[in-house]
Order: sequence, then structure tokens, then C-alpha cells
Amino acid sequence: MAQSAQTDLDDLYGDVILDHCRNPRNSNPVEPADLRADGVNPFCGDEVHLQVALKNGRAARVGVQSVGCSINRASASIMAEALEDKTPAHMSALAQAVRAMMDGKSSTDWVFQGHADLRALEQVREFPVRIKCALLPWTTLEDELTGRQD
Amino acid sequence: MLDVKAIRKNFPILDRKVYGKPLVYLDNAATSQKPHSVIQSLVDYYEGYNANVHRGVHALSMEATDKYEEARHKVARFIGAPKPESVIWTRNTSEAINLVAYTWAAANIKAGDEIVVSQMEHHSNLVPWQKVARDNGATLQVIPITKEGVLDPSQTDSFITRKTKLLAINQVSNSLGTINPVKSLTKKAHAFGAKVLIDGAQSVPHMPVDVKDLDCDFLAFSGHKMLGPTGIGALYVKPDVLEKMEPFLRGGEMVLEVWNDRATWNGLPMRFEAGTPNIADAIALGAAVDYLTALGMDNVREHEKQLTQYALSQLKQIEELDLFGPMDVSQRGGILPFHNSEVHPHDLGTYLDREGIAIRTGHHCTMPLMRAMGIVATARASLYIYNTEEEVDKLVAVLKDALRYFTDGTKRANRPG
Repeated sequence: MAQSAQTDLDDLYGDVILDHCRNPRNSNPVEPADLRADGVNPFCGDEVHLQVALKNGRAARVGVQSVGCSINRASASIMAEALEDKTPAHMSALAQAVRAMMDGKSSTDWVFQGHADLRALEQVREFPVRIKCALLPWTTLEDELTGRQD
Repeated sequence: MLDVKAIRKNFPILDRKVYGKPLVYLDNAATSQKPHSVIQSLVDYYEGYNANVHRGVHALSMEATDKYEEARHKVARFIGAPKPESVIWTRNTSEAINLVAYTWAAANIKAGDEIVVSQMEHHSNLVPWQKVARDNGATLQVIPITKEGVLDPSQTDSFITRKTKLLAINQVSNSLGTINPVKSLTKKAHAFGAKVLIDGAQSVPHMPVDVKDLDCDFLAFSGHKMLGPTGIGALYVKPDVLEKMEPFLRGGEMVLEVWNDRATWNGLPMRFEAGTPNIADAIALGAAVDYLTALGMDNVREHEKQLTQYALSQLKQIEELDLFGPMDVSQRGGILPFHNSEVHPHDLGTYLDREGIAIRTGHHCTMPLMRAMGIVATARASLYIYNTEEEVDKLVAVLKDALRYFTDGTKRANRPG
């Protein structure tokens, strides 16, 4: 493969993305769970299943299982790691910040402190048709937290 | 055989580069590229004789009307229709099928009747029938397919019975490439007094299709998959069936006389073409038909058959790929779906795209078929008159790269959570 295309692809499928994709974090289901959400994109078959057990108002155990393309799976794994020890309010702020990042807004830097891997998702913006793959875990989480889920 | 080199020169877009790479366009089942003559016919209309049709006494309007009706003649001849007025312009295949659903089917399908489709229908030849069945108290019957992706011959006959009122089936599956035996199925359905609608979206652009030979009652197809512009398609209806059909959309053009409280209908085919039609695109579809006719549809089919044979033989050598659809090219159009259990089709599609190769990934508007095959999505390469063996070679080489890229990575240890 020629250099330019390879470089572009490596931007999308960077080390962080591929690592999370191949070695998903916190992928064991959590039972019993205080928060539970399932998201599906019927167009491509991407799936995300999320469980969180809270203790003293914070995530004590996080479980995220995902199916589908590498961007969705990596994003789900990055989320699974980022949610550890967070309060639901903080989780919600993270989800909103990821969405803002994908929309190209950059005023949310504070949220990413301590979550360097979240930054890897920013590359997906260069591949607009794949943004929905990266967002599925986060919108699934947001829907659950705001009680909008069906 | 086709002179592909000469053909390629007629398609301006094939000269362009994508991410610095020559475009390899293998998404023809979604839409085809357009030759210069089709693009020029749009320019000629808008620059030379743009006017409304069927109602002006001035020169431009008469010229536009002549060209517009001439295009209908061309399309009618192309599919062997007995008369031009049995061809109704629609926006696309979906609208053509909906026209039948809202008119003939709504009036003729009764409670207890059965509408028969196959497991490999595009959503546009399934969802309209779900509505008709629900509204009219009829039942939708789905002919199952075999593992190879063809209609199950042991079961097909039992689905077409005296209860069958309509058989609605594709001639070539957009997801599998399977060529269905629509002529013999039509004969069977007619023996029970049923009508037959053929979804020709993937057949009319790629092989000789003759409605007299098939003896079908309806044939739906799209212009944009056969070198024409988007926004124009056609529905053929057998003359004696069309005569008895009520209008679909109502308004201008489709009426003969109008009073405050009632109206009478115009003759055929105008009765089914309310409002100012898509004049420019209909004329351009005529130009597309000219182009295909000059090539000869037998030659088009032969080219695709040989290229499909070549592509299958090359793709088969990639062991990690699952291929779908019949391997016998006499039963298959130039549609090549593939799948790898570890790499999602969207990842493959993105990788190929960065090398200038355009394919389609997803469920291809055939979710029930995907479910029957036990997958959610496939990657699909689809061929046409301008594709070459070199392009197939490139697809295969880049696919191999892509599979290595996504599956060969060194694994890191889990970081502490």
C-alpha cells in the first residue's frame, strides 16, 4: 500500500484504537447492575451492552460488551475504562464532551484530563461516515442516564 | 464482446482520482456511472429546448414533448414492451412498486389472498406488500432460500397456490447476485390466475430483459443503475392490466375533464403521471438506453459473466473470506458479496476507500435476508460494462492487505483497570 493512504488509515486505526479493539477493557458482564443500557445500530449491526454497579454513588464495577466494527468496539472499550469510579453526573458530562468533540467543538478539554485514550476518538472526525460508530456507546450511556431510553 | 477500453473513455468520472489513487468503481449495484452522452443530453435539454410537455403550442414545448415521448419509445423497445404507453415514468424502482401496491394491489388483493415474495427481496419489494397484506387482510408468504443463496427448489412450488394473488420477486438479487428463474415462476403463478411483478432493478441494466418473453404483468426498474440519471425509473404494466387500473397520484396532466366535484381520467400513460414530469431525466434515460442498445445487451451480459467468473476465482483464493450467492455464473449477475468473521465490512470498506476502491458495505436494504444468512452486513463489489480484470486484481490485492492490517496486530497486555 502506498504511504499516503497508509498514513491516513493509521490516523483512524491508531495504536490506541486497535489496542482497545483487540483487548477490550472491562468486558465482563456486571451483575447485579444499577445502570444498564443496550444500544444497537440496525444499519450495520453495531451493538453495545453496558452495566454499571454503583457504590457510594460511584462506579465500582463497569461492564461493556460490544459487537461490530473496530471503531465501535474501541470506543466501547475506551468508555468502559473511562467510566471507572465516576459518578453518574460525571459519566453524563463525559458522554456530552465526547459528542461535542465529534461535532468539532473543542471547549471541553477539562473532561479529558486523565483520559488520554478518549483523545484517540478525535481522529474519527476525519472519517465522517464512521462518527456514528464511535458515538454508539456514548449515546447508549447518555440515553440511559437521561432516562430517554425506550 | 465489449471494447472496455473504448467504453471507459466515454465515462468522464473514471479519469478522476480518489485520495490520489485512480478510482476503481465497484458500487454499480447502488448506482452506475454516466457516459458523456447521457450528461450531454441533460445539458442539451436545459440549454436548447427546456419547456413543459404535453401542453404548449410553442416550438420548445413541442420539441420537448417529442424527445420526452421518444425516450418512452426507446425504453419500451428496450424491454420488449408491446406499446410505449405501457411504460409509466416513475422516480425509481421503489416508486414503481409502490404504484402497483397503491393501485392494482389495493383494489384486487382480498382477505385470505396470498402475496408471495422471496427471502432475497430488497426492502422496496417487501415493505409495500407488508402494508397491502395488513390493509387488505391478506397474507405475505416468503419463499425460503438455500445455503447457496438460490430459491429452495424443493419448496418454491408449494408456495405458489390457488391462494396466490400476486408473486412479487426480483430477477437478480441485489445482495447475492442470484438470477431467479422468473419466467418459469411467472408461468406457474399465471396457472393459478395470479399476477406477477418483477423487480428488475438489478437485471434490466445488465442483461436482455423482454417482458413479452417473461410474460410478467409488471416490471419495475430504475434509470440510475443503467447509466441514466437519478430521479427517473419506469414501470411496465401489461396493457390489459393497465387499462383497468385506477390512478395513483391525482392532479394536473392525468385528467381529461374536471368539474368542481369530479374528474375524468386522461388516456394512458398520462393517467399515471400527475404533475409536470421529470422531463430532462426521462430524455437522458433515453440516451442511456441508446448507449446500452449500441453495445448490445447480450454483450453486456457476456462481459459481466466473464468478469464475474474471474472475480469469483480470485476472491475464492482468499481463504478468510466467506463468499455468498451461487458460484455458477450462469445463475449469477455481477454482484459479489463477501464477509470476514473478524473484520467488520465497514472497516474493510474504509480501507478499500482509501485506496480509491468504491464498494458498498452494510445490509444492502435486505435485512431479512441478512438475518436468514446469520449475519448483519456484508461488503459488496458490483461490476458493470467499464470494469476490468485489472480492477478486480486491485480489489483482491487491497483486500488481502486490509485483512492483514486488521487481524495481524501484535496484542498488548491488558492494562490494569
